[in-house]
Amino acid sequence: MLPIDPTKKISFTRHICDGDLVVVYERHDNMKAIKVCQGSVLQNRFGVFKHSDWIGKPFGSKVFSNKNGFVYLLAPTPELWTLVLSHRTQILYIADISFVIMYLEIVPGCMVLESGTGSGSLTTSLARAVAPTGHVYTFDFHEQRAASAREDFEKTGLSSLVTVGVRDIQGEGFPDEFSGLADSVFLDLPQPWLAIPSAGKMLKPDGVLCSFSPCIEQVQRACDSLRSNFTDIKTFEILLRTYEVREVKMDCSQGDEAKPGSILPRKRPQRAIEKGNEQDKLSSQTVMARPCSEAKGHTGYLTFARLKCLS
Amino acid sequence: MSQNNSQSDSIQNPRVTWEGCSVLLDINDGDRLVFARLSAGSTLKIGNKTYSLQPLIGCPFGSLFQVENGDQGHCLARFVPSIEGNNIQEKGDFESQDEIKDNRALVDNNKAQSLTGEEINAMRSQGATGDEIVEALIANSATFEKKTLFSQEKYRLKKQKKYAPKVLLRRPFARSICEAYFKKYPARIGFLRVDALSLLLSMANVSANSDVLVVDMVGGLLTGAVAERLGGTGYVCSTYLGSTPYSIDIVRIFNLSNEICKRIVRSPLTDLSLSQNGTSEQIHQQGDEINQQGDEINMECLSNNQMSSSVGMEEISPTENDTSDVISETTVSPVNKTGKSTKAGNKAPKQAIDLWKENGFSSLIIAAPELDLWSLLKDLLPLLANSAPFAIYHQYLQPLATCMHNLQLGKMAIGLQISEPWLREYQVLPSRTHPCMQMSAFGGYILSGIKICSSS
Ligand SMILES: C[S@@+](CC[C@H](N)C(=O)[O-])C[C@H]1O[C@@H](n2cnc3c(N)ncnc32)[C@H](O)[C@@H]1O
Repeated sequence: MLPIDPTKKISFTRHICDGDLVVVYERHDNMKAIKVCQGSVLQNRFGVFKHSDWIGKPFGSKVFSNKNGFVYLLAPTPELWTLVLSHRTQILYIADISFVIMYLEIVPGCMVLESGTGSGSLTTSLARAVAPTGHVYTFDFHEQRAASAREDFEKTGLSSLVTVGVRDIQGEGFPDEFSGLADSVFLDLPQPWLAIPSAGKMLKPDGVLCSFSPCIEQVQRACDSLRSNFTDIKTFEILLRTYEVREVKMDCSQGDEAKPGSILPRKRPQRAIEKGNEQDKLSSQTVMARPCSEAKGHTGYLTFARLKCLS
Repeated sequence: MSQNNSQSDSIQNPRVTWEGCSVLLDINDGDRLVFARLSAGSTLKIGNKTYSLQPLIGCPFGSLFQVENGDQGHCLARFVPSIEGNNIQEKGDFESQDEIKDNRALVDNNKAQSLTGEEINAMRSQGATGDEIVEALIANSATFEKKTLFSQEKYRLKKQKKYAPKVLLRRPFARSICEAYFKKYPARIGFLRVDALSLLLSMANVSANSDVLVVDMVGGLLTGAVAERLGGTGYVCSTYLGSTPYSIDIVRIFNLSNEICKRIVRSPLTDLSLSQNGTSEQIHQQGDEINQQGDEINMECLSNNQMSSSVGMEEISPTENDTSDVISETTVSPVNKTGKSTKAGNKAPKQAIDLWKENGFSSLIIAAPELDLWSLLKDLLPLLANSAPFAIYHQYLQPLATCMHNLQLGKMAIGLQISEPWLREYQVLPSRTHPCMQMSAFGGYILSGIKICSSS
């Protein structure tokens, strides 16, 4: 997924090979990650797609099924991965993820601790941010989840950047071997205040901690426990509002048969309207945008804090 | 330890300052933000006094300094806070006693303080520390005892800022640089808020070894932020229309190692284009005019700040507040000689350009509020590898809507989305948790998508 190996980098000359991970894009809300395998097929509502047809095509290609249905084959990125990974837990999405990476000041070479691993959605972006020389140590007390996450990082080619450990972080804290070595720590745990003292031990002075919690009571208790060793304590909520775009035909006539504001379907753009068309003179086309009616109203609160610098 | 050496190059992520290093000075809890380059001769003005920044060299980032009256006069000295918090934000143990008090008896007139200005000056000349003056002010305040603990703390903080100012030494990172500019000079960074910047970097999959094409008309903030993520691998290529590159002055504020600076290159769009054609000519002319404008603006801000090309000190202070009588303009540090750093933003080497022509860029980010987006994008998209993600920032919705519509019609990209981030900060205190009263209502719009192979 990451161009850690420059030969795998997307380019005009990089073609899909047997064994590559591709993201099959049907629609923006329907994608799937698939490992390309010479003899395999993908079957969906558009028909049967032979993987062998995909091999040798560039990423970003449109490929067809036996019934002439089509999908696009994309190179995986952490953003796409978040949309296609198998949900074994609640996960973090792009808005929270990108803010966390920025606020934790993660740059290549950093050492980052995380718990819990969950479905590895955030971990994937953490790995991208520390590459090529840094490392993410992520812990979950759920053995099966940790194993699945490990498999996923294998699949996405991140295993050299991520180590998954099985450990009860609320009960035992992070392993002592990381004391004073972490540039940043991220917590997505039900009772983060139990892990905060340990996180403080792991961080370098001035290192940043982030705790993600859906409920304000969790935030309240986390902040209480942060006040002794941390400074610059800040809590945020970040949401995304998305917009839909339409080309709208605005009626300029005053006639009776006017159909004001009729919306042209996006699929059938009326580009070539014959000149001199009477109708055309009386209406104009404008591209307009409005917020989508549905949106996530809440994901969680992000609390950041910086370890006090005492020496 | 090697971290104290002046060569930052060997260390990826230094946490201790060195001579010639760029720092962000946060004075009095964000009241004033100053970017400075540390050298033996550089100074900071607080109130009517000038302090040498020399004591900051070799100190860990995150350390706090306060003004001290030494034998050689005033200087900045390291201040190590106690483990327990020492201000209201960090203290949370007083809510219960507080509930019985209220402020009904409080009359705020100017008679509450019995200590006169002359008396304070006298204390000063006798060598009283700022903290001692604050204590004296509290002792001589007739109303202090009647205030709720909450307002007592507020009063103390206010006096502390005035008489015992604190300077926090911070690392200039994309995060802090963006926040500082957004607070003070949002127009210079095209009103790009830190959450929008972070989304741009994610959406464009900025990662080690990638070759990121940017159009940065936000002063270099974008270029610097991308370079920070590349960590000295890959390239960030900042392209421009016409013949004059856009200013990337803000890049100098980042503490980028030579290794990283080498990976920041610039190239006119004409050099990157796979082929020339008639339509792009026109756009380039449009570009020339804009560049000229841009230059004037840059000159202006350079002379305002009296910044010579190798000095990276910039004052960012908020609008006047009640401490302004004490805290005024800062002096600009003298030119720093040790900053012989590699220049960021050299012309892209020919081999690199050839490679990009052969392979395409890994991703594209545009933050060009002054260019016609669609004609720009039409020229840039062909330079991207297939399946490459792109993210376009704009403070207005309409140009992005038009681009999105045209990309859909032309079947040039998929996964198209216009998003607007919304960021709310919370005050979290015992029994006093609520969203902050003030928030930024707007951080910009982003159009993101993924380039697909042209169907032909
Ligand atoms: C909501 S999920 C994390 C999701 C993750 N941030 C992501 O983006 O995919 C929380 C995880 O914390 C783990 N967990 C809960 N308590 C734990 C503990 N005491 N120690 C370690 N992991 C724990 C759970 O097993 C679960 O997988």
